[in-house]
Amino acid sequence: MTAPLAATLADPDGFYQTLIDSQRDMGEEDAALMNCKLVILLASHIGDRAVLDAALRLAGGKTD
Amino acid sequence: MLNTYTFPEFAYVRSPEQTAGVVKRHPVVIIGAGPVGLAAALDCARRGVPVVVLDDNNTVSMGSRAVCYAKRTLEVFDRLGCAERMIAKGISWRIGKVFFRNKLSYQFDLLPESGHKMPAMINLQQYYLEEYLIDAMAGDPLIDLRWKHRLTGLEQRDDHAVLTVETPDGAFQMEATWVIACDGAGSDTRKMLGADFRGQAFQDRFLIADVVMKADFPTERWFWFDPPFHPNQSVLLHKQCDDVWRIDFQLGWDADPAEEKKPENVIPRIKAMLGEGVDFALEWVSVYQFACRRMDQFRLGRVIFAGDAAHQVSPFGARGANSGVQDVDNLGWKLKLVLEGAAPEALIDSYHDERAAAADDNIANSTRSTDFITPKSPMSRRYRNAVLELAEHAPGIRPLVNSGRLSRPTVYAASPLNTPDEDAFAGRMAPGTNCDDAPVRIGGKAGWLLGALPAGFCLLTFGEAPAQAVTAGKVSAAVLRVGADIEDAEGLLAARYDGTPGATYLIRPDHYIAARWRVFDDAKIKAALRRATAA
Repeated sequence: MTAPLAATLADPDGFYQTLIDSQRDMGEEDAALMNCKLVILLASHIGDRAVLDAALRLAGGKTD
Repeated sequence: MLNTYTFPEFAYVRSPEQTAGVVKRHPVVIIGAGPVGLAAALDCARRGVPVVVLDDNNTVSMGSRAVCYAKRTLEVFDRLGCAERMIAKGISWRIGKVFFRNKLSYQFDLLPESGHKMPAMINLQQYYLEEYLIDAMAGDPLIDLRWKHRLTGLEQRDDHAVLTVETPDGAFQMEATWVIACDGAGSDTRKMLGADFRGQAFQDRFLIADVVMKADFPTERWFWFDPPFHPNQSVLLHKQCDDVWRIDFQLGWDADPAEEKKPENVIPRIKAMLGEGVDFALEWVSVYQFACRRMDQFRLGRVIFAGDAAHQVSPFGARGANSGVQDVDNLGWKLKLVLEGAAPEALIDSYHDERAAAADDNIANSTRSTDFITPKSPMSRRYRNAVLELAEHAPGIRPLVNSGRLSRPTVYAASPLNTPDEDAFAGRMAPGTNCDDAPVRIGGKAGWLLGALPAGFCLLTFGEAPAQAVTAGKVSAAVLRVGADIEDAEGLLAARYDGTPGATYLIRPDHYIAARWRVFDDAKIKAALRRATAA
């Protein structure tokens, strides 16, 4: 993984489970809206444009 | 339809040159007597340049149209001597509320910084603004305002343009060394020159309604996203003078403009919004769609474009009329110096450099607002709604809510007229920035910095400085010494300009900073003065 997107989760499996569980009982639309809120909240918390831009590239399938 | 305002009717007067049938050369002819054309006329005349203004109509703006005037624009109007009346009649406001569905999402305060003569923002119907500008021209021998004069042809020559003008007495020709085209988004002048007007048209329509009512809503800007009374669309409510309220309804692309304008269709929308118990009268209705676009070049030969004729923005942020007035603020002094032979024509080209950059800034801001207010895909709508829902509880998210970023002057950071800083300064007043106002005392009397600046170039100095003007070529900069010519009444001048002893600012006639130094250096000032005049 490229430099600004280092893995820092102490308990990756635990977080992944919490993430999936948080939407287990939601319909597609509610889950999609929640994902948008997550992106906005986390982007606002991170703040660093270099990190956000790298994440946008990677998430968008641009691996160069 | 309007009940609160009586439209003046200006008399058509046959011009002596049409009667004589002799083609006359004018230094400046302005096409269009809207806010931008009228401001251009006043600016030129105040600088000593005679102007002829041609307008195909004989009254002021039908409908309230441009409503919000921002501080920088008011400062320009104050320099032209007509802001006080606008502020007295207009509605000053500073609180904006943003609602999502049936809840207050958040509210903002424009928080106007104290120590400025002009308020942050006023709302005033465009017809009042135009009327006051026209009144301000009364008796000025340098302004020849001609109603019922329609431009029908324009030919470019090397050092002038030939205009064909139609009046109730038929057609005649006149010549202009410079033409300022202020004839709006549909500019005929631009079409005559076959110039491109490129950008993005938005697939949406808006209904504007001016409503007269005695309502006890506070004097605030209220913006609704997806309100229960107008689902899936946005609505904006603004107060104007004479108990007139402006309501903008987003309609969507499928709306039929002719149908939507009919009172039987407008009135139920307003009733749904205000509730059944509110008495109101419909004053004016219009349906519009908008585009964000600009010309590639704001100067074509002898013709200079300003306002909507040169660039068009979405209405969110009040960046139309405000930027148009700031266009002509930028242009007037340049035309004067070039007409006098004190500066080369390259100075006129700097108008494009500076104001096209401002247009790009305004277009970028208003396009972003439009994308937030009218999302173009289901996912962008989810993001928008996510921001609005979060904003209610998470203050950190509120800066993302975009219901229009209100007009602010563009800094000409990359202008060729700027002399880059050599010395370190704190604060905002870098080259290319408009001067912040500050309270001062002049001869013991309370005043304002902007009002104390001379008409031409100025050297604003702190501490000991020579009193004599500095001249480079045919251009002089008068010296204004803080501590001698003016007093820094509250210390705000030194604070805003980092004005330690020796600090020297070269200020352009449009009150933009051209250069600054820590010490008064004659040679450097002359070089900066040449640069600021494209010499």
